[in-house]
Amino acid sequence: MPKLTIDGIEIEVEPGLTVLQAAERLGIEIPRFCYHDRLSIAGNCRMCLVEVSPGPPKPSASCALPVAEGMVVKTDSPMVRKGRKGVMEFLLINHPLDCPICDQGGECDLQDQAMLYGLDRGRYHEEKRAVLDKDLGPLVKTCMTRCIQCTRCVRFSAEVAGVPDLGAVGRGEHMEITTYVGKAVGSELSGNLVDLCPVGALTSKPYAFSSRPWELRKTESVDVFDAIGCNIRVDVRGRRVMRVLPRINEDVNEEWISDKSRHAVDGLMAQRLDTPLVRRGGKLAPATWNEAFSAIADKLKGMPAEKIAALAGDMADCESMLALKDLMTALGSHNLDCRQDGAGLDPAQRASYLFNSTIAGIDEADVLLIVGSNPRWEAAVLNARIRKRYLTGKLKIAVVGPRINLTYRYEHLGDGPETLSKLADGTHPFVATMKAAERPMMILGMGALARPDGAVVLGAARRLATAALLVRDGWNGFNVLHTAAARVGGLDVGFVPGSGGLDTGAILEGASSGKIGFVYLLGADEIDMARLGKAFVVYQGSHGDAGANRADVVLPGAAYTEKNATYVNMEGRVQSTRTAVFPPGEAREDWTVIRALSGVLGKPLPYDDDAQMRARLVAANGVFAGRGGAPKAAPWGGFGETGEMDPAPFVSPIGNFYMTDPISRASATMAECTSVFVMGRQAQGTGTHG
Amino acid sequence: MLNDKDRIFTNLYGFHDRGLKGARARGDWDGTRELIAKGRDWIIEQVKESGLRGRGGAGFPTGLKWSFMPKEPQAGKPHYLVINADEGEPGTCKDRDLMRNDPHKLVEGALLASFAMGAHASYIYIRGEFYREAEALQSAIDEAYAAGLIGKNACGSGWDFDLYLHRGAGAYICGEETALINSIEGKKGQPRLKPPFPAGMGLYGSPTTVNNVESIAVTPTILRRGGAWFAALGRPKNNGTKVFCISGHVNNPCNVEEEMGIPLKELIEKHAGGVRGGWDNLLGVIPGGSSVPVLPKDVCDDVLMDFDSLREVQSGLGTAAVIVMDKSTDIVRAIARLSRFYKHESCGQCTPCREGTGWMWRIMERLAVGDAESADIDLLEQVSRQIEGHTICALGDAAAWPVQGLIRHFRPLLEERIKARRAQTTRAA
Repeated sequence: MPKLTIDGIEIEVEPGLTVLQAAERLGIEIPRFCYHDRLSIAGNCRMCLVEVSPGPPKPSASCALPVAEGMVVKTDSPMVRKGRKGVMEFLLINHPLDCPICDQGGECDLQDQAMLYGLDRGRYHEEKRAVLDKDLGPLVKTCMTRCIQCTRCVRFSAEVAGVPDLGAVGRGEHMEITTYVGKAVGSELSGNLVDLCPVGALTSKPYAFSSRPWELRKTESVDVFDAIGCNIRVDVRGRRVMRVLPRINEDVNEEWISDKSRHAVDGLMAQRLDTPLVRRGGKLAPATWNEAFSAIADKLKGMPAEKIAALAGDMADCESMLALKDLMTALGSHNLDCRQDGAGLDPAQRASYLFNSTIAGIDEADVLLIVGSNPRWEAAVLNARIRKRYLTGKLKIAVVGPRINLTYRYEHLGDGPETLSKLADGTHPFVATMKAAERPMMILGMGALARPDGAVVLGAARRLATAALLVRDGWNGFNVLHTAAARVGGLDVGFVPGSGGLDTGAILEGASSGKIGFVYLLGADEIDMARLGKAFVVYQGSHGDAGANRADVVLPGAAYTEKNATYVNMEGRVQSTRTAVFPPGEAREDWTVIRALSGVLGKPLPYDDDAQMRARLVAANGVFAGRGGAPKAAPWGGFGETGEMDPAPFVSPIGNFYMTDPISRASATMAECTSVFVMGRQAQGTGTHG
Repeated sequence: MLNDKDRIFTNLYGFHDRGLKGARARGDWDGTRELIAKGRDWIIEQVKESGLRGRGGAGFPTGLKWSFMPKEPQAGKPHYLVINADEGEPGTCKDRDLMRNDPHKLVEGALLASFAMGAHASYIYIRGEFYREAEALQSAIDEAYAAGLIGKNACGSGWDFDLYLHRGAGAYICGEETALINSIEGKKGQPRLKPPFPAGMGLYGSPTTVNNVESIAVTPTILRRGGAWFAALGRPKNNGTKVFCISGHVNNPCNVEEEMGIPLKELIEKHAGGVRGGWDNLLGVIPGGSSVPVLPKDVCDDVLMDFDSLREVQSGLGTAAVIVMDKSTDIVRAIARLSRFYKHESCGQCTPCREGTGWMWRIMERLAVGDAESADIDLLEQVSRQIEGHTICALGDAAAWPVQGLIRHFRPLLEERIKARRAQTTRAA
């Protein structure tokens, strides 16, 4: 291992590291614009200059300089300072210096570095350059005159996002970043471009001119728009969530989040349920909590337990699901299900519904089989992780399911169950490939499981796992890719039919035939409301969507930014959201609503505060004790059913990435994204336009 | 002065047949097979002994460069020789004539050099504007293939060798070796970061050596006549012969092959018919292509034309493109024009060059008419120092040096012009 001296401190680092990285180990921060940990090295901004001996008598770019034995590096010598000042001056001569009207102001790398290396006055008296702004779509606003051509955005879109839409055209001082050709950046991760841009050239369009970073209150939380559980920071001003930014978690989302996680938050201010509602004369009318609760109590009075049912939605938190389950148990009903899409998951075997390899495990995988999933839309950040591994050249990928652009090359084995059967029998040649691999993975998506024969598909996948030796010493390559943030948590708290209870399909069947007379929807909006028949429907949730529209009583709940709630991600990682703002109006944290209702119904639940609620969670399932830590490996067992599979091909359940849940459906930004990216209606400039 | 018997490029002026028959008559392709039979190490030894320094401008010892290539190619990493024929430096036109009139020297050199480096394939990257030259070179390659001189079992030596001609699209920066490699790969012609150096990771990630046309074209003759013969010409560490391109205010602009270390005055007077209006009418000379600093007449009087002598006078031999300017030249406008060239050709990758070349050009334009202040000259000098040595490739240096040369030798002229302009505007007011 090479030993080198940086600013008089000796350090030994592994070979292949750059001087900049070695300095970082020592806590010496070297200024940079183009260098980014997760992107390839461009070495073009020249801000990270250091003095190195032995070497030429001129400063070297530390971001691109590999460490070598006996190197002596000075990061703050007069030569270095002079070099950096020169670079800073060059960066600023054509920069508009419009910080007072720039959204990056206050969190701008150029501004910060200029405080250290900028001259106190300009020496440039020539004409400045101006660059035409580009249209990157509804999420990324451009002000290209501010661009310092660091090419982070180009590298991000080519390397991480896998859409080579961005590039630089022109030479010298006429070099411009633009899209090919004038189209919006068609990536689900495009919002990250804004975070990457070290200046104000790329800023968030929905957030434009709305607040300054120092006005925001920051809350660390987790995301619930998909089942990855991305770590986020919620920035709030007053009572409004202004924006959501990613938080670094190497094991989950590294430092990316999807555009939906980032930009659907304007939906938190629209279509909100902020007061209880009771249907009177066919219309929902505002009511007090007591009126709403007594309407429910009246209906439940004398109703046989087997006529009562409950369904939990995709964003329900573990506390409220457990409270509702406890309430249902107290009422004597076993008709409850958290799988509103009817996915054939087996709640008895934890390993059967987890992403067992863990997300970070993708970095070790060498063969990957994707069955019935479109990870690009179902888990955009995870898809980027697959692409990252793919780019190392060490991952071979195959797909059973729809043939779509996943941003990496794959072998298409087939469309549906027929191919899966062959794989499960071990007669398909790809099984040998997986067997021979060291770290083989299978990702089983909801496109394969959320169908009437889902349990049989799961059984076939289980047999495939055995045939291909996916589970071996210290490695479990069997992975289920969920689309709902609530799903794993729901299965963990046991929000599934008890003995003799009905599942989602049977509940809906019963409701339309009259066998079920009361349905409690905990944020469940993705079911066919017409099938609820004449049942009395209670909807508890944050948004006026399909469920509230059908409901007889509406109980306003809190969105994920408004409660301290537990979610379990697809790996089985237990994480918490944090209250960033209070719920609007009369709305309350969801489990407290159920607790209050239980009192009115005469079956008071035995917990009154957060601590007791959490203790109950841990009592219900030990996995909740491991909050915040890495997911524990689940034991491997038998699961799934045998039988005939429907030959219909696997289809991803997500038809529109930008609108999957009540919050994103209420978001104007997501509506615009749908129109541009899904419907392909990009506004065309006309020459006289704008 | 070079004796005719020591001349390498005997058809520099195209008076004879450039085809294979003519080339053979001039001694090309003579005993190539035997040269190959002497082995790789012998070839590299001879080139080292000859003291040949790269003819593309930087003057790096060619034999040493070749010895950086790995001995045996790794699996999947074939070696490549890339020949830089993207001759775009203003004032330089030597490779053009070599390829137009004596292409077989280059083809034979490519075979010998490739063999010495274990390369079975070589690419010639020729400047897009060199249309006729590309035709001539391609016909020489075709002839060589037809005659079995290259291709499978080249010259019967048992060595398989393929030679490809790749035409550029007219960007000056593609003459930088790593930008050139990017361009061949179909990427944007922007210089790469070094390390890794091309000898370790070059074209398609394989070990690659990039050489100038002239460096390769002189190799067969060096090998035939021996490294010692070449080393005996010229001055120590600046050996051999060199094609000089003399342009500008001379009576007879020309390319001429001469011994290294010939006095500049002798070169101009003997071969180019002297400076227009006599030696005393000389203002200055840019001795090595547009990127090296200009020399005033008093330096030109006795400077020798080789790498080390010109470095001593704070200029450089570069490509040995001698641009002569007599006293009718507006030297400030001339350098401003060069600044514009570098501003135009900067690839835009690194900050100092992208932003600085445009800044220098704008100041130069103002200085050309005197619309400046004396402090602007210092500013210009500082800006040029802020660019020099702070960039990935040498284009930043190339842009800075002419400006530095101007300030070093012609500062009084700049001051005078500013004063004159000021006097004029005050009078007008």
